[in-house]
This record gives sequence, C-alpha cells and structure tokens, in this order.
Amino acid sequence: MENLSQVEELGKALVKLGEFHKDLIVIDTDVSPSTKTIYFAESFPDRFINVGISEQDAVGIAAGLAASGKTPIVSGFSMFLIGRAWEQIANSVARTNLNVKIVATHSGLSPYADGGSHQMLWDIALMRLLPNMKVIAPADAVEASEAAKAVVECRAPCYLRLGRSPTPVIYKDCCNFQLGRAQLLRDGSDATIVANGIMVSLALEAAETLSLEGFDVRVLDMHTVKPLDIQSLEKTAFETGAIVTAEEHSILGGLGGAVSEAIAEINPVPVKKIGVADLFGESSRSYPKLLEKFGLSTKSIMDAVKTIVRGRK
Amino acid sequence: MSNVPNASMPINSLLNEMSERLGIPVDRLIRSADSLKARKLIEYDERGELRSVKLTGIGEILYRIVIEGEPLPEFWMVPTRSGLKPLGAVVKEVRKNILRMVAEAGSGHVGASFSTVEILCALYFLKMKKDPGNPNWSERDLLILSKGHAAPALYAILSEAGYFPESELLRLRELGSILQGHPDLRTPGIDFVSGSLGQGLSVAIGFALAAKMDGSRRRIYVILGDGELNEGQIWEAALTASHLKLDNITAIIDRNQYQFSGETEKVKALEPLEDKWIAFGWEVFEAEGNNLKSLVRVLDLSSFVRGKPSLVIAKTTKGKGVSFMEGNSFTNKAPSVAELSRAFEELT
Repeated sequence: MENLSQVEELGKALVKLGEFHKDLIVIDTDVSPSTKTIYFAESFPDRFINVGISEQDAVGIAAGLAASGKTPIVSGFSMFLIGRAWEQIANSVARTNLNVKIVATHSGLSPYADGGSHQMLWDIALMRLLPNMKVIAPADAVEASEAAKAVVECRAPCYLRLGRSPTPVIYKDCCNFQLGRAQLLRDGSDATIVANGIMVSLALEAAETLSLEGFDVRVLDMHTVKPLDIQSLEKTAFETGAIVTAEEHSILGGLGGAVSEAIAEINPVPVKKIGVADLFGESSRSYPKLLEKFGLSTKSIMDAVKTIVRGRK
Repeated sequence: MSNVPNASMPINSLLNEMSERLGIPVDRLIRSADSLKARKLIEYDERGELRSVKLTGIGEILYRIVIEGEPLPEFWMVPTRSGLKPLGAVVKEVRKNILRMVAEAGSGHVGASFSTVEILCALYFLKMKKDPGNPNWSERDLLILSKGHAAPALYAILSEAGYFPESELLRLRELGSILQGHPDLRTPGIDFVSGSLGQGLSVAIGFALAAKMDGSRRRIYVILGDGELNEGQIWEAALTASHLKLDNITAIIDRNQYQFSGETEKVKALEPLEDKWIAFGWEVFEAEGNNLKSLVRVLDLSSFVRGKPSLVIAKTTKGKGVSFMEGNSFTNKAPSVAELSRAFEELT
C-alpha cells in the first residue's frame, strides 16, 4: 500500500474548503508548519490567526468567533490541545454547542520519537464524554480529507483526530465519507474487526492473512466514535457473533470502550479490545516498532480474532 | 467627590455652600425656603424647623445641576421595565433584589455581586447598545461576565432592564429555572456562558475579531474578577488582545481586593497591577468602581482608544452597600433573616 500523510491532505483540504466557505477561520497554536494549516495561512492570511503557544486561549477565541457566526477550526497537537484545553472545550464549546472544530494532529503514538510527553492516548475518551461533541478518527489521508469537509459542513462542535506520520492508503480516490456511518471494507461471517485510524490498515492485513487460515473476517472502519453507528454494530453483532476492536488509543474509554458499552446493551456478543494497555508512551526512532511494542500489530489482531472465534465454538 | 453634599445634609451648611457658590446672601435663601417648600424642593422635619430641613429627591437633582453643572449619573433617568427611573434608584433596587434572590436560593455570592453592581449598571443603562426587546440584535454591544459568580447582579439588572419578568429572579438556582447558578445562554440577555474562571477574555477576543472582520462597530466588554487574574489563561489572552490590536475590547477588573480564601495580596499578590497591564500593551484606566460618575467617565474615554485594548481597574468594595457585608465576610452564603432585614434597612 502507498503511504500518504493525513496532515498533508488535511492542509490541502482546508484550502479548498476555505475557498468555498468564506466564514472558515483557522486558529493556530504556533504549529502550522507541522499541522500543515500553513497552506491555509498562505491562501487566506486574513482568516488565519496564530495565537501563539496558547491552547486554552485558542479554544476561547474560537468560541467567541463561533458565537459570532463564524466557523473556526482550532488546530494543534492532540496532547496539548485536548489535554490542556479540555475544560475550556467542555465549558466554552461543548456546553454552548457552538460550531467549533477541534482538529488535532500528532495523536496516538504518531509523534513516535518525541516520547510519552507528546503521545496522546486518551483524547478520544476525553472528547466522547462531552455532550454535543462529535468524535472522528479517519483511517487514512483520503478519509481525513473527506472527514474535514464533513466536519466543517456539519454545524456542530466536532473533534477530528489525525496522526502525524504518512500511513497506508486504504481508500483510492474517495470514500463517500458519511459522519456517523461506518464503512464496510471487507465482508465476513466469523467475526468483525471494528477499527479506526491507522489500525484499519492493520485490520485489513490481518483479515487477509486470516482468510488463508480459514477465518472469514469482516472489517468495519468505525471512523466516527461519536455518534457511534449503533445500527451497523447491531447488524454485525447479529451476523458475525464476535467483535475485535482495534485503535491507536488506550483500551480504556476509546473505540473499544464505546463499542463494548453499546454491545453490552444491544447484543452482548464477545468483544476483545486491541489498543494501548493502561500505559504511557515512550520514544522510538521507528513508528512501526513503537506500535508493535504496544501491541498494535497485525499479529495481535489475528491472535484476538482466533481466540474469540475459537472461544465461541 | 467631597464638594457634593449628600441628600441628608443639614440645611445650614447646604445654604452656606449654595450662598457661596451662587453669590446669593444666606438670608435671602432662607427667606425663599417657604417657596422652596411649596415647590417640594425641600421638606421640613416634623418639628417644622428650618434648621433640620432636608432636600427632597427632586430638590437634590436641581441643587446638583446648579452646583455641578450637570446631574450625577445617579439622577439620570434610564429606561427600565417599569418606565424611566433615576439610575441611583435602580442601583438600590438591584442590590435589594440580589439579597432577595440569594436568600431565596439559599446560596450565591452576595459580596462579589454587590461590588460589581455599579459597573454593570453603568454598562447596561448608560454605555452599551442593547435592546431588551431583541436580546440577539446583531449590532448590540456584548458583555461577558467572566467572574460568573456575580451572576445575581447581572440577573437583577437584566430583569430591571426588561429582558425577563422580575418574578424569574426568585427562581435563581431552582431546577428548570432560566437563571442558572452561573451565566448561561438559556437566559435572555446573556451573551456568553461563564462560571469557570479565566475564560471570558479569550472569548471576548473571538467576538472582537469577528466584529473587525465584519466591519461591525460593536464593542465587547468583559468583567474580570481580581482573584480571577490568578488564572494563566487571562495572561495568554492579555498578550493576544494587545498583539492583535483589538481596540474594540474594554476589560474591567472588579478590584475588590478579595478572593475566596482571603485578600488577593495575601493569596497571590497582583500589585503593581496597572504596571502589569501596561507592560502587556493595554491602555489602562483607573476608576472608582462603585461610583457611576467615575465609571462612566472612564468607560467613555476607553471607547476613544485606538490600536490597543483598554483595561479599567475599577476599585470597588466587596459587599458594597451593606456595612456588615463590606469586606470578605459574605463570600458565598445566603443572608439569615435577621441579616436580611438589617441589610434592607441600610439599602432603603
């Protein structure tokens, strides 16, 4: 698979969106060369505001702009934008149900060399707790670009979660992204892998290898963690009878948590969660090696599928 | 303000001063006392003695016009829910309503509300472009009460201005009420939520940027608590607002010297406060924060500032208006029945 960067595609997508949406404003926290909102800055200098390294201030400013009818995007690194300014997001954005888009890059383990201080593994948990907030973690660069459009056009507070590094491309030219609607990427009947972010490509690899071993595994791209696509989950639980979740996030409170909560109520089939155990990240010179160390690998997904399918038989 | 007599000033010294300023002999003024009485400008006490005559309300207004050249803002007639009223009477009514509301709710910040009454009254009744009949009017000036715990003061004023019926006030903090413990968008006339300290100035920057982009002349006012200045986000925003040259923002610090656990200077010293804001690039004004005239003068000046945001350090008294509440003793508790009646006596 070809590799493409989510941030790069986001940067380009914002320029396109900016041409059409004259109310679109980007608030940067002094990271535009990394988040690629610098493209927007070059195209629309009057609608780009670098407020400096001030995430809390940035979120408040976005709230004021949205309350004045603008569509502000706050851009920053996930650890600092979500982690540091979470209470500002809760009180000034989510509680007011304002049209603010929180677009954070460098999430999960993707800032691999920077270490635990930069590796945000609990942002989805934090954001999906907030009433009114929508939470989206696209699988690749193409989906990131389409998700950005959907997020800008939906007139509600949204969190768009992106990685830092180039990742395998799953969708060729378009993915017909629909907010809150999971994508069926591979059909199967023995079990379903429900994944998002970078783990979708690993899930597809795992399903392919498993098919050689006689397992018929379905793969769902659950890019929207909130609102969760309950209909798809209910259907897949009924049709495949077992679910493995896979995410570049703590196994607590993220996609695995959301799916488990829903499944427990609608159709309690067995669920196994692949994600980062209750641990902080650490530095690595290689992204794949870091993912592997924390159990985010094709092999761990395959093992989980085998265990859950055999356990049911 | 030493040259301005208060309403209960004895007639003798009052007449002496009038005589001096107007160049009219005292005896001539005394001779005209009966006609002043007939015109209801002064009133005799129960013994009918000239010595203890007092100025009536209207007499005081006229007196001040003569002495001062123009009436104090306290005597300006402002539009309220129940017609035109002198602003001074509104201020008194607002304080009484704050007491009623907090007593009824069983909790709320009386002291912090009292210190900010004149600031809010000056803004709502004299400064801001507002339309109580159309709270979401797009050209209105905006107010963010960043020290959201002074909400009872804001609610009492909004009701007085006619945004919602007075009867709502007694539902403060009640389940299902439009009056939440801290400012909320479900209340007509509230421009932004607050309650979590430190966030209002950043939101004001967002409003100010949008106004500039839209070519709107609306002004954005933010009221900050002095204790609130402990929050780091305030100083992030202070840098941003001056960097962006947002001269359509006026921030007002309710400098009442107290925060929750004690004096601001003992908890985490703010002084020299003026120097800090000047260093951050703001145009800084000082006002007597419980004095409408001083506030209006400074607020007027702030709207002429170009190229940078304005800050007013409004020196106020926590619990202003009720002697035993002044200082820090009434931070966050409802007054008892006895305290309530004593306070009402002082406010009447």
